[in-house]
Order: sequence, then structure tokens, then C-alpha cells
Amino acid sequence: MTLMTMIIKMSEGLGKTCAIFFLTLLFSLPLGMIVALLRMSKNRIISNIVRFFISILRGTPLMLQLLAVTYGPYYLFGLSVSRNKLIPVVVAFAINYAAYFAEIYRGGIESIPIGQYEAATVLGYSKFQTFFKIILPQVVKRILPSVTNEVITLVKDTSIAFTVSYQEMFTIGKQIANSQTSFTPFVVAGVFYFIFNAVVDFVMGKFEKRLDYYR
Amino acid sequence: MILEMNNIKKSFGSLEVLKDISLSVDKGEVVSIIGPSGSGKSTLLRCATFLETIDSGEVLYLGKAAVTTQDGKAEYVAPAELRKMRSCYGLVFQQFNLFPHYTVLKNIIDAPINVHKRPKAEVIAEAKALLEKMGLGDKADAYPCQLSGGQQQRVAIARALAMKPDILFFDEPTSALDPELTGEVLKVIKQLAEDNMTMVVVTHEMPFARAVSDRVIFMAEGVIVEQGHPEEVFGNPKEERTRQFLQNYQN
Ligand SMILES: Nc1ncnc2c1ncn2[C@@H]1O[C@H](COP(=O)(O)OP(=O)(O)OP(=O)(O)O)[C@@H](O)[C@H]1O
Ligand SMILES: [Mg+2]
Repeated sequence: MTLMTMIIKMSEGLGKTCAIFFLTLLFSLPLGMIVALLRMSKNRIISNIVRFFISILRGTPLMLQLLAVTYGPYYLFGLSVSRNKLIPVVVAFAINYAAYFAEIYRGGIESIPIGQYEAATVLGYSKFQTFFKIILPQVVKRILPSVTNEVITLVKDTSIAFTVSYQEMFTIGKQIANSQTSFTPFVVAGVFYFIFNAVVDFVMGKFEKRLDYYR
Repeated sequence: MILEMNNIKKSFGSLEVLKDISLSVDKGEVVSIIGPSGSGKSTLLRCATFLETIDSGEVLYLGKAAVTTQDGKAEYVAPAELRKMRSCYGLVFQQFNLFPHYTVLKNIIDAPINVHKRPKAEVIAEAKALLEKMGLGDKADAYPCQLSGGQQQRVAIARALAMKPDILFFDEPTSALDPELTGEVLKVIKQLAEDNMTMVVVTHEMPFARAVSDRVIFMAEGVIVEQGHPEEVFGNPKEERTRQFLQNYQN
């Protein structure tokens, strides 16, 4: 197999790699906010339950969580394993990343000086207005560098989908590597991830620049 | 009466910070509150502005009760009602607390537009006039981080005034400023006093308190030790505690 055919075969999986990437972000970014707010709940029971789940999600390998989501329903309830592996992959990824984003959001929210809340309260803003107009925009600016870190990790983590044989780029590369007993597909995969992340870096850099107008 | 606070008690845990304090402020009156650190001055303002809840006592704005006490327990009116009463007063913080992501103009107009639901054009015109009055006519489009502390505090004052409060509270408005910047802020407050704005100012600036106030209150350890006309309190204090404090201050 020539290098060119390897590249072409592997890039056929890039669509699926992107699907994991974008769908995970689409679900985990907002879900993380809900988790963060529950984690900061004044209700001790709620916040402790959420804290427990976050620690499990961050304390065990994503690969294990992916296996659990994909095959757990079969072993536990005898349900058939879903044919379209994208669903369990995105579910596992979204939940896992939501846990990380939640902790980032929480750090950001807690870093906003209490005076911002007090000024808003005295001016008569509702709790809802205070959060969305005053607090959240400042949180976004503060957490953007940490979010960028997670997004870059996510790009690389999409390769974990090979554990359930979802035909994304890395899974295809691994199959080619096996059948051709060649290391080349891994090098190709490495280059793909590197380029992908260069784009991520560029885009997130643009976002950060946009928020540079204040301190 | 614009503000009436009767028999206010407030503790943090076992620490009694306000011990049965009563304070009324008439329309157009300028009241200064002085006193040593930890005497409860900020706490009193925070209770008046509902940033802290009192343990017992009464707070009334324009004769309407925000909190009353039954069987020794403070009872606040419903949250929606309380939020409405917030339009009676404004509060200027020691640390300004401007919204850093908004321009100077937006800091001032956002609440009148989105809280009071007033027409935008009208609010903007008023905000610009206010900025002009604060000597910041050219700063409407600047961000707070581009301003000096004195300028930021003047924006904070404009932001409070844009809500058309009946009474304005200041908690050490110049304490976070470099000495050379306090003058410009005090000048603005003095101007407001001349315009008959009702104000309560917690301050460590004794000459300023003496010059602008109609009444000076000296607080220590959670009680009002002495109050009266500034010339009396500063010139001829009746209480030993007041004399001590003022003497320490001069040194
Ligand atoms: N949220 C709080 N929790 C616990 N204690 C508090 C709290 N806020 C204030 N205190 C305590 O209450 C007392 C009065 O504080 P306060 O800030 O009202 O004093 P102050 O007169 O404004 O002093 P300063 O001149 O230093 O500003 C202090 O002993 C302070 O430590
Ligand atoms: Mg204070």
C-alpha cells in the first residue's frame, strides 16, 4: 500500500473524528455549566452527589467509561449493543468532558469578586440577569485558556474511540498498521492530529484576542 | 423621612456588630459616619442596602417597611417587593465595583434600561449629562481598566445616580484611592450635597465630613456614641470616646 492510499483511507475517517469532536463539545460545554451550578448548589446533598460523580469521571480512564457506556447496557440489562457506535462514543465523551468543564467553570465563577454580585444586586438586577449579563461574560474570558487546553486534549482523545471499533481516523490507521505491519499509519495519524490542533489553537487564539478589550 | 432604621441588631456568629442602632435620614440631609475600624460602619450600610440581613429591628424607606420585627425575629417583605425597594437607594463601594466588560456609558445605562425598563434614548442622554457633570464627558466609550481610580469612582457615582435614587450611600469612597485622587471624588460628593442630594457617607476624611455634613455620627463597637452638627462633634465632642478617636486621628 502506498503512502498516498494510506492517507486517503485514513482521511475517510476524519469526518467521524470531527463528528466525535464537535458533538462532544456541543453537549459537554452546556452540560458542564449545569453540572457546575449543581456542584455549587447550597443544598449539601446535591453538591456532594455531583462532587462524587465528578471525581469518578475524572479519576477513571475515559477508555473504561467508553467501554462501560457501550457494553454496560448489554451486560446489565441484556440490551443489544447499538450498531451505530457514534452514540455511545459521544455519550461517554460528553459526560466525561462535562465533568472537566464543570470544574473549570466552577473555578471561573468562584474567581469573580463578590463585589460584582453586590453591585449588580444593589442596582436591582435579578439573579438571572446578574449571572448572564455580569458574571458569565467575565467567567468566559477567565476560563478560555483552560478550555483551550481541554479542547486540545479532546482532539487527541478522539482516538480512544478505537476501543469500540468506531471507524474514525485512528481506528482505520490502526487496522492498516496491523494488516500492513507498518508504523507509517501512526505517523500519518500524528500529523493529522497536529494539524487539527494547530487549527484549534488558531481559532481559540482568535476568541481570546476578541476578549482582550478589557482586563 | 427617606430612611428610618430602628433598633437594628446584627451579629456574625457570636460577634455582636450592631447593638441596637437607630438612624433616620431626612430628605436633603447629608450624614457622615465616622468611627474606628471594625466599629460596624460598613455593616450598617450593608444592612440598610439589604446586602446583609439584620437579626432584629426595622428598616423603612419613604415610610414603607422593608423589614419589621415580630417576636424578636426580623421579617423581610417578599423578595420581589424588596427588589422594588432597591430603587430607593444607591450604594457607592470602596472598590468601585464597576463592570469591567462594559464601557463607562454601558455601566451607567444598563440598569436603568434593563431593570427600570426606561427608554434607551432618554437614559443615554441623561447618562451623558451625568458624565459631563462628573468631568468625564470624554470617557463614555472607555473601559474601566483604562481609567484612574478617581475616574472609576466618579463613574460608579454616575452609575448610582442614573437610577435616580432617593438616597445615596457611600462606603469609604476614597479609601482605595491614591491621596492625590481623593480630592476629585470628594469634590463631586460636595457638589451633590449642594444639589440637595440625600446622602450617608462613611468616611475617614475628617475635614471633608466637617465641611459637607449636616450631621456627623460617631460609631464605636456597634453603637452610636455621639451625633450632632459637625461643628459640635468635631469642635466640642461631649463623649470621652469621641475625643479619644479624634485625637488619635489628628496624630
Ligand atoms: N461577613 C462577615 N462575617 C463575619 N464577620 C464580619 C463580616 N463582616 C464584618 N464582620 C466583622 O464585623 C465587624 C465590623 O465590621 P465592619 O466592616 O462593619 O467595620 P467598619 O466600621 O466598616 O470598619 P472599617 O473602618 O475597617 O471599614 C468587624 O469585626 C468585622 O470583622
Ligand atoms: Mg468598612
